[in-house]
Parts: sequence; C-alpha cells; structure tokens
Amino acid sequence: MSYEAVIGLEVHVQIRTRSKIFTRVAAGYGQEPNTLTDPVVLALPGALPVMNRAALDAIIKAGLLLGCEIAPVCKWDRKNYFYPDSPKNYQISQYDAPVCRGGSVEIELPGPARNLMGEHKRIPLTRIHLEEDVGKLNHGATESLVDYNRAGTPLMEIVSEPALASGEEAYAYLTSLRATMIQGGISDCDMEKGQLRCDANISLRPVGSTTLGTKVELKNLNSISFVRDGIEHEIRRQRSVLERGGRITQETRDYDGMTGTSQSLRSKEEAHDYRYFPDPDLMPVVIDAPWQERLRAECPELPFDRQRRFLADYQLPYTQTSVLVWDRPLADYFEAVVQLGGAPQAAGNWIINDLRRELAAAGVDPAASRVSPANLVALLRLIDSGSILNAAAKEVFVEMFATGDSPEAIVDRRGLRAAPTDSGELESWCRDAIAGNAKAAAEFRSGKDGAINALKGPVMKAAKGKANPKAVDETLRRLLAAG
Amino acid sequence: MTAATTPLHYLSLADAAAALAARRISSAELTEAVIARAEAVEPRLRAFLSADPASARAQAQASDARRAAGGGLGPLDGIPIGLKDVIAVRDQPLTAGSRMLEKFVSPYDATVTGRLRDAGAVLYGRHNCDEFAMGSSTENSAFHPTGNPWALDRVPGGSSGGSAAALAAGEALATLGSDTGGSIRQPAALCGVVGLKPTYGRVSRYGLVAYASSLDQIGPFGRTVEDVALVLQAIAGHDERDSTSVGAPAEEFAAALAAPSVPRRLGLPREYFGEGLDPEVAAAVEQAVSHYRELGCEVREVSLPHTAYCLDTYYVLATAEASSNLARYDGIRYGHRCAEPRDLHDLYFRSRAEGFGAEVKRRIILGTYVLSSGYYDAYYLKAQKVRTLVRRDFLRAFAQVDALLTPTSPIPAFQRGEKADPLAMYLCDIYTIGANLAGLPAMSVPCGFTRAGLPVGFQLIGKPLGESELLAIGHAYDRVHQWGRRHPNL
Repeated sequence: MSYEAVIGLEVHVQIRTRSKIFTRVAAGYGQEPNTLTDPVVLALPGALPVMNRAALDAIIKAGLLLGCEIAPVCKWDRKNYFYPDSPKNYQISQYDAPVCRGGSVEIELPGPARNLMGEHKRIPLTRIHLEEDVGKLNHGATESLVDYNRAGTPLMEIVSEPALASGEEAYAYLTSLRATMIQGGISDCDMEKGQLRCDANISLRPVGSTTLGTKVELKNLNSISFVRDGIEHEIRRQRSVLERGGRITQETRDYDGMTGTSQSLRSKEEAHDYRYFPDPDLMPVVIDAPWQERLRAECPELPFDRQRRFLADYQLPYTQTSVLVWDRPLADYFEAVVQLGGAPQAAGNWIINDLRRELAAAGVDPAASRVSPANLVALLRLIDSGSILNAAAKEVFVEMFATGDSPEAIVDRRGLRAAPTDSGELESWCRDAIAGNAKAAAEFRSGKDGAINALKGPVMKAAKGKANPKAVDETLRRLLAAG
Repeated sequence: MTAATTPLHYLSLADAAAALAARRISSAELTEAVIARAEAVEPRLRAFLSADPASARAQAQASDARRAAGGGLGPLDGIPIGLKDVIAVRDQPLTAGSRMLEKFVSPYDATVTGRLRDAGAVLYGRHNCDEFAMGSSTENSAFHPTGNPWALDRVPGGSSGGSAAALAAGEALATLGSDTGGSIRQPAALCGVVGLKPTYGRVSRYGLVAYASSLDQIGPFGRTVEDVALVLQAIAGHDERDSTSVGAPAEEFAAALAAPSVPRRLGLPREYFGEGLDPEVAAAVEQAVSHYRELGCEVREVSLPHTAYCLDTYYVLATAEASSNLARYDGIRYGHRCAEPRDLHDLYFRSRAEGFGAEVKRRIILGTYVLSSGYYDAYYLKAQKVRTLVRRDFLRAFAQVDALLTPTSPIPAFQRGEKADPLAMYLCDIYTIGANLAGLPAMSVPCGFTRAGLPVGFQLIGKPLGESELLAIGHAYDRVHQWGRRHPNL
C-alpha cells in the first residue's frame, strides 16, 4: 500500500514591540536574566494586565496580509496550567475567538531548474491568535532556574490547516510566512532567538483515503531546514511502522536536527484540561473598520505578488525577481531606481551584482546605501550614452558606494570619460586597424562575423581603452561594408 | 458628643480635617492618639496584622510641615487611614491573611495607596481579614481572629473585618476594605460604621490581591457618610493600570452631600425582607425606612425576581475566577515554599497544601471543578447568564426608584465559631451579593443597635456610577442619626 503524508503546522511568531503585551516593561532578547520584569510580568499579588495596542495592530496586519477574516472584537481568555515558566500559572491567550480566521499562505515549490519558477500553492490557515510568551527554564545538575525576560512578549500562533504534503512544502511555507512577517514589519523572525518557532503535526494515510491517520506532534524544530528534515524523517518513520503492520501512537516527539533522530516526549493520554474562561481583567477591544483600514494602508505588497509584477512589468529574469522580492529593502531600492527612469533590466543587474556585493561587504542595509537611487540612475545614463565604459563604470560604482559622490563627479575627477562616439579620431583608428589586419578584414567580409573582434583590439589600444565599444563596433562595420 | 469633647482618635474624618486645616490640632497629635489607641486595644481586639508606627509618625510630620508651610493637600492631609491587608503598600508586608504570603513584602504601591499618599493621608495599620478575602467573619484569617469592638467574643464580619473593627475601635479615622460579595458592607453593619462598595470599575484594582476579578472593588469605611465621600473622592477615578477601571470623570462626591436633599423614590425589594431576617434587624431597618418617609421620600415595594439565584451564581463565578487568580501562589517566585521539595510536583502540592487554609482550598477546588471540561457550560456559562438577568432586575427596578433600601446583613454580629458550616456562613452575604453581581454601588449605613447592643446597618443600592446620589441619600439619614459616631465600651 502506498501512503501520503498530511501535515499541519503551528507556528509561533514573536511580535516586535517595544514593550511587553500586557505591561510597559521593555521586550527584548539577550539581557541579564530577570531584568525585563515588573510586578505584572512576575505576577505579584495585585498586579493587573493592560493590553499593548501595538501587539493587536501587528496581528491585524498579519491577518490582512494573509487574507484572514478579522474578528470584530478582540477577546481574551485564560489558559490554565501550572508550569514554572508561566508566572501566573495561566497564560493569557485567545480560545474561541481568535483575531484572525481563514486566510492562506502562498508557497512556491522548487522548480525544475534554478532559473525556472516552481509550482505555486496556497496553504489554507485555520486561525491566528494572540497570546503572551512564557519565560525560559535553565536546568542545572541539581536545580532549575527561571528567566522571566521572555515572559509576556507578544506572540502570535499561526495554525495551518492539515494541508501540507511534504517537508519541502513545509520549508516553502515557512520561507514565505517568514518573509511576509518580516516585510510586514511584524517580526524579525530570527529562529535562533526563538522569534519564530514551529511545531508540526504529521500523519500518514493510504493514498486515496480522505480520513486522517493518527497524528504525531513534532517539537523542537529550531530552523527551517530542521523542520523540513524532521518532517521527512517522521514520514519515513511512520511509513516504516505502517509497512511493518504496526500502528502509530498519538504522541509528541522531539526531533534532534543534529543527529537527525527523534524520540517520544509524551503520549496524548496526559493531555491537559486548560479550563479556558474569559479573562475578567481584560475588557474586549472592538476592532472597527477605520482601525483595519489604517493598518491595511501600512501593509506592503506580498513577495509573490511583487514577483509577478516584476516579471510582467519589467521583464526581469525569474532568478533576479526571486532575489529581489524576498529582500524588501532591496526590492524597494530597485523600484526607486526604476521610478527615476532607470532601465529595469540594467538596474536589476547592477543592484543584484554590484550593490549587493558592496552592501554585504559593508554589512549595511539597502536603505543605508550611499549610492542613492538617483545616482545609480545617473550612472546607468552615463553608460547608456557611451560616456563611460562598462569596465570603468564598475570602478565608478565602487567609489560611489564608498563616498556617496555622484558618478559624474567621479568620472571627471578620475578622467574616465569615454572618447566621444562622433570623433574623427575613432574613424581614423578604425581605418588603421583594417589596414593593419587585412586577413581579419577579409575573413569578416567573407562572412566570418567573429573576425571583427580581431580588429577591435588595436582600436581600443589606440584609444587607450576609452573608446565606446558600441561605437567601435558600428564604425568598423560601416567601414568594412563600405569596402 | 461634640468635636471638642471627642477623643482625637474618635473624631470623624471631616471634623479632624477641619481641626487640622484650622491648625487646632496637628497630624502628629492625631496620629499619636491613634497609635496610642491601637496599642491600648490591639491586645484584645486584634484588628491589625501589622503596623509601622515609625512610618506613620514620619508621614504625620511631613503633613504638619506641609501645613506649616501654608500648603496642605486637602481634607485627607494628615489623617491616619488604615488598609486591609490585601492592598499593596510599597515596602510593607502584604499577607492577604494567608500563610502563603506570611513573609511577603510588596515592592510596589497599589493605585489607591498612591492616591492616598498624594492626598497626604498617614497610612497606618494593615488590617486582618479572611484569607484572600474569602469569608464573612474574619475567622478565616490564617493568623488570628478579630473581635467585634461592641462584643469581643463576636465576629466583626468579613472579609474586611479588621478594617471595620479598627475604625469602630478608634484605630484609624477611616479605612479601606475590599468587597467581592459584601466584604465591606457586612462588617460595616456588624461594627456600626459606614461602608461603601463603589460601582465596579470606579476604583482601580491595581495592587489589590485578586480574589474574584469581575466582582472585587476597593471601598472606604468611615464613621459618617460624609467621611466615606471624602475618601472616595481621593481614591476614585480612571487608572490606566486597570483595564476594568471606568473612564467616567471624577465627581465631587463630598460636594454632592451639600446639595439640598430632595424627596426621592426608594424601593424595598420584597425578596430582601423574607425568611431568615432577624426581627431586631428588620425593626431597625424599618425605622430607617420611616425616617425616609418622613423626609418626604416615596417608598414602594419592588421585586428583584432572580434574587434567589444570586448566592449560587456568586459561588460559581467567584470561585472560578479565584481558582485561576490564586494559581500564581505556587512557591516558585515568592510566598511560602515547602521545605526540601523532592521535585516540581511535590513543590507545588506541598507549598499550596501548607500555604492555603481550608476555605481557600474549598473555593479553589469548587472553582476548578466548575471550569472543567464538560462542566463549563452547565456552571460557569449558565452563571454568567444568570448574572445578566440579575443585573437586568436591578436596572428595571431603577426605572421606578432612585435607590433600593435593604438590610445589609440578615443578622447582627454572631459568636465566634458559631457558623462552622460553610453554607451557613455564605448566607451572611445574601443581601449584599446582588450589588456585586450587577456591578452596582452599594453602601451600608448604621441604623441603630439591638437590645444586646450590637450594631445594625441598612444597605442602599444605587444606579451604575450613581455614587453621588447614593451618598446624598445616605447622608440625608446619617447626618441626623450619626450612629457611626458612637463608641464601643472597649
């Protein structure tokens, strides 16, 4: 019998806000333990939560970006369970009325080749709700310590439908979701800092069956690659159990990405009764239409939508679009250049090859580039008009990046301006080259087009490299044709 | 007795404020009198869980310095005010009457504490109460019971029994309690002072140890309705640290008393005058009703048909919230931790088993049960629906009358140990719980004594945010009778 996998993902995304979700103390990472605390975070007697509106803004924005239905009211519930990382021993969360329902994440699967677009799919979402993050336990040999710095950080739980079929799809889902969250300014999604965490529910069923098999929850998937690998590992494990005639136990398993193995954490019989009930300390918050519209106006174009536009409007190659659209500042930079009149394809080449190289070397963001979009457009114009040769332009660009100066200023300062195309000198250099290379000239005239290159070298040499190759080519062809 | 011959510690807050403003007395003298009184009566009364006389003296001196400099922060400046030990005061113990918090010191001020400081009050005395405010006699305090100043072998009521007793005994000029099902009004009635539970959300709960969040309110005890108005003035108003605090603008509660008293319409809910009401209490309340009639009030009988369900509804909702609110007392971050826990579960189980008393455990278990999977709809959800009906009853009654008048407690102060059955104790709150469920302001005003010399109070229940009107109605009676100015023979 052949089996297919059915996978649902629960993704926790920390929202980037200045303060925590229910109090004014700062949210942050990497501080001294228990310094980002106050009476509310530590759940001291008498402390009360007050909602941070920025966290609600963020989840509404996430919902709008992913096409979710936004609830008319944000309502809070308590999820009751005892654990030392949870200061109140209940988590403020949303039970029956999440802020977002429905919506989907568009994914792209790997294409047949690197430079070809792969298949696109939409993975439907069940819901997104808002809650508070818990603290962190550090287990020593004889004691465990708790750090409450993370406790109360705003957190979104994004739950997909069981609609993914492979580790590769999960990888594509997380890549797309992560980019959407980053580009929407919702989260930095740094998995090493726990800003994006993923649990996977995996079950197998005979191909053709419509019922779901027994699911296993996979935890501790702390990179996008580990999610893919962990899921593939779990699919193989379940398949081998089923093929041996065994049964899958409903359980939670821990995947170790380093060793590529998993082990059982607990079986589902120990499931909690969380005794959810509406939190009486927090009033429901009405999310009206103007609020949604204000946030909708802040939503950026989604990466795949932008890619489709770049392909259609600018005729960029697929590989260039897939570099640009996943890096919003770079794509924004590109569009600024195009808006100012830069030719899209040339601009794309310069940005992807030269600008990215310099940015990476300097470790700065496109928005902080000292090459303004206007100066890049000016450089493109100099090249296009033949005022500067490509090789020289590369040098000019490096200097533009280093100094922030205009390309004209650098070209003049360094004497890099190309010889004018209508110069009589060029024609005489070309005549000399034809006269001095009769064999190549004859070959060209007899139909061997490549032979013209043998004539260009002497012209360039005579021009000390400042001749415009296009003009050299045209002049040589004109003279050769004329006999 | 006139102000001139009254011992300082028995002055009404308003009289003391006038004397302080006129510089006839100093806050230091007043505070010293209160401290001396507390030292004299505490060995027998035991209304305090802790007190910091040195801090009180320093606050009094600061107040006197303000007045000497020609300033002064208003009527509360220099007035000794005590707090129930469920209200956080920075660097002071906060026990909630529980072993769980026996050694806990609050690192922060409750909002009401900060507002009293801003008004210049001298904070003195942390009052005994039923553990986590759960009870009606203060016998559930983990530390010791408190006597009723009018009969030391009787209870002062609860859960704010210490705050009512301390005021009645002259250990403060006003006090703050908290009221979830009657915990201010019932002890006020049993100790012969005025006690007000404001509209839910009128006073910030930030810094109040939570029992049942949707019902808890902080409120003042005073010797007169006027005193209660002066304290409410200082503590009421929106607080951005409490999402449930209402945005209504602060009112001039004390000024409302000066308005000429006009005849008003009072309703007597027939469900509040039935079986279980002590005849002497009924007689005293009837006298108060007669007084209002004489003032020209129109008094009519009204009906609150869902009254019979109030107690059950309360014990579902309050215990559900309590079971969750008290989960934070786990021995991990603060509070009692058992000795040498074997593992995490042992730490949780023994710390909580040792830290909580029987009534608290009973309510946590009940609350956990009603929220459990499979029972939620039958208990919690149903109780929320009944709560809506109870509120609707009240709002319908307010279409006919301006306020409701009822007994506060069905019985006067009972003997310590008399109500060992929890259900018998729960019935003490039968007339007070409705106002909590409906979120309404309600006040107990003293209206005389039984033949045995035990105080009796009546309750006025007002419209949402109708404190000004409620205080004016109460004042119309209280300014004539002034039962709260009488002193126990202690």
